Amino acid sequence: MRASVGLMQGNEACARGAIVAGCRFYAGYPITPSSEIAEELARLLPQVGGKFIQMEDEIGAMGACIGASLGGVKSMTATSGPGFSLKQENLGYAIYTEVPCVVVNVMRGGPSTGLPTSPAQSDVMQARWGTHGDHPMIALAPASVREVHDCTIRAFNLAERLRTPVILLYDEVIGHMREKVELTDPSQVAIVERPKPTCPPEVYLPYKAGEDDVPPFVRFGEGYRYHVTGLAHDERGFPTQNPRVVEAHQRRLHRKVERHRDEIAAYETFMLEDAEVAVFAYGITARSARAAVRTARSEGLRAGLLRPISLWPFLDLEVGKLAQQVKAIVVAEMNLGQMIYEVERAAQGRARVAAYQKASGEPIHPEEILAALQEVR
Amino acid sequence: MFDYHEYFRSEMMPHMWCKGCGNGIVLKALLRAIHRLGLSKDRIAMVSGIGCSSRLTGYVDCNTLHTTHGRPLAFATGLKLARPELTVIVITGDGDGLAIGGNHLIHTARRNIDLTCLLFNNQIYGMTGGQLAPTTPEALFSTTTPYGNIEPNFDACRLVQAAGGTFVARGTVYRAIPLEKLIAEGIQHKGFSFIEVLTTCPEIHGRRNKLGTPAEMLQALAKTTLPTGVIHQASGPEYTEAYDGIIAKAQGRT
Amino acid sequence: MNSLVHQRCRVYTTEKVTIRILEEWCKGCEICVDVCKKHCLAMDILGKVKVVNVEACNKCLLCDVLCPDFAIAIE
Repeated sequence: MRASVGLMQGNEACARGAIVAGCRFYAGYPITPSSEIAEELARLLPQVGGKFIQMEDEIGAMGACIGASLGGVKSMTATSGPGFSLKQENLGYAIYTEVPCVVVNVMRGGPSTGLPTSPAQSDVMQARWGTHGDHPMIALAPASVREVHDCTIRAFNLAERLRTPVILLYDEVIGHMREKVELTDPSQVAIVERPKPTCPPEVYLPYKAGEDDVPPFVRFGEGYRYHVTGLAHDERGFPTQNPRVVEAHQRRLHRKVERHRDEIAAYETFMLEDAEVAVFAYGITARSARAAVRTARSEGLRAGLLRPISLWPFLDLEVGKLAQQVKAIVVAEMNLGQMIYEVERAAQGRARVAAYQKASGEPIHPEEILAALQEVR
Repeated sequence: MFDYHEYFRSEMMPHMWCKGCGNGIVLKALLRAIHRLGLSKDRIAMVSGIGCSSRLTGYVDCNTLHTTHGRPLAFATGLKLARPELTVIVITGDGDGLAIGGNHLIHTARRNIDLTCLLFNNQIYGMTGGQLAPTTPEALFSTTTPYGNIEPNFDACRLVQAAGGTFVARGTVYRAIPLEKLIAEGIQHKGFSFIEVLTTCPEIHGRRNKLGTPAEMLQALAKTTLPTGVIHQASGPEYTEAYDGIIAKAQGRT
Repeated sequence: MNSLVHQRCRVYTTEKVTIRILEEWCKGCEICVDVCKKHCLAMDILGKVKVVNVEACNKCLLCDVLCPDFAIAIE
């Protein structure tokens, strides 16, 4: 395959990115507005010797993904709001048992069945805290068709590298929008494989991590017989209630993601160098924000944009720095207040944090963000 | 000479099941069946859900996966598709497999994927303290049916047969040698094999309903009016093999 | 058919049969005692199974197969 140029939909770019990343298993359940990912992978996966299965429900799809990943195959599932809710328990299982996989949530309006064909950005906190218990989380939020493709590959690379699920979050507009995209030559894309043990089976401990807090992984059936359980477990993988072992394991799981924060962190800045007011926006909203910043500049307002591409772990440092520089940050999002609390926390009162929120099922327009910027100038 | 110790993780023993619980008898029958078939421990994956019976996977020295409540068949489906060469055995209970995981059971049967599913039916939710199961006989008591159960219960074998399972059998822990044979046949069968094992819960279920000593409860299983042995066997396309056909088609090889 | 040779067992033996009991694992359910038609087994005062008549054992294996705790082996 060579670099290719074409008109492509976000969901299609996701499927193509998955193939490039080495995904060879997909389990899913039909749901708007993510179904095109499943449809595309049903077609593409067998072409490359991979497998696709439409499961009986969302819960089973998440389970099948984890099972296939333990079999050593890079695995993915995709869904939207209601389905994302159903996947939460098994998502937590994958985090706790450190099974790499990629979960795509194409966000639509909620709660409940909500607005199946309209965009929203109201699952960003669910992505962080949807499954029960303490857990780290990695989530990426692309803002263009091309970026969906690249973030899908990145999501796989991070999942494999850190042995944890990675969530790809984008709204319905990004999922269904068609854009001209130029895709990188797949042979030029760096692909990461999960860390393998160097020790013989007799001494292998499936949950003993090295210095980077990531335990080496070996697929089932290779002579390294071990146990995987969602119960609190020790380094051997066996259930334990030993308070010290349980706490140490919990802390390592968190540390594993925290210490690789710089590897995960991704963002784009636009006209931020001399900005006195800034927009914090992700996904489709960031594209409106970019237009708003440009217009504001033409009107003499020194505005800029911070667009997080990685939503979790949160970009504390970057937002903290921004808060020192600007006098106000407008957090524009298609929900009634989710990431704004994180921005407020990171800003620590050093800049005014203002909200522009919309929950109507319509994207936020540039003029709306422009007005919000003018208000805080 | 056959030695169970070759097949279990001695550091995990003795197991956590209650005094007189039939689950240990099923575990023994399963290990004997594996030994009888000469399967390599490296090539067996055992997948279980949540509940007393599902704790079995922790004790067996093979590739073991203790999943979430009701979902072992879904995890096993993914694993089998990823690694068709592995012998995948699913351990579930009546609550795990027929209540919370009932949907996965009928669809796994329908797909006829080559898994062997052992459903331990002890008529009760034992691990959580004795609540009503979809298999609790009518009029019996549980912690959530303090006035007696009014719900009719499932015939798991008829359910799986109707859904398309191609090997359906029922055994009891009292007839442990025939059970071992059934398990071995189920593992050898190509396609979805379902073996319901009638087992006993003397501590939680038996005590509350005055069903007798552990031995009496075992012996009562011999008098079950449900059919036992191989109930249904059929041949049909196995899912992972059928999918290989899809791969060939997608790659233009057919 | 079952062997507990690797464990710390109490061993009862005659020319015909060896019975091994792993007291540590016996939970005292009495299944073996109840199913033994030859009355070879009994419970001790600590609630563990013991062999009281090894000569009577006809190696029917019921106790071996039905012990849920891997605590008795007939050879």
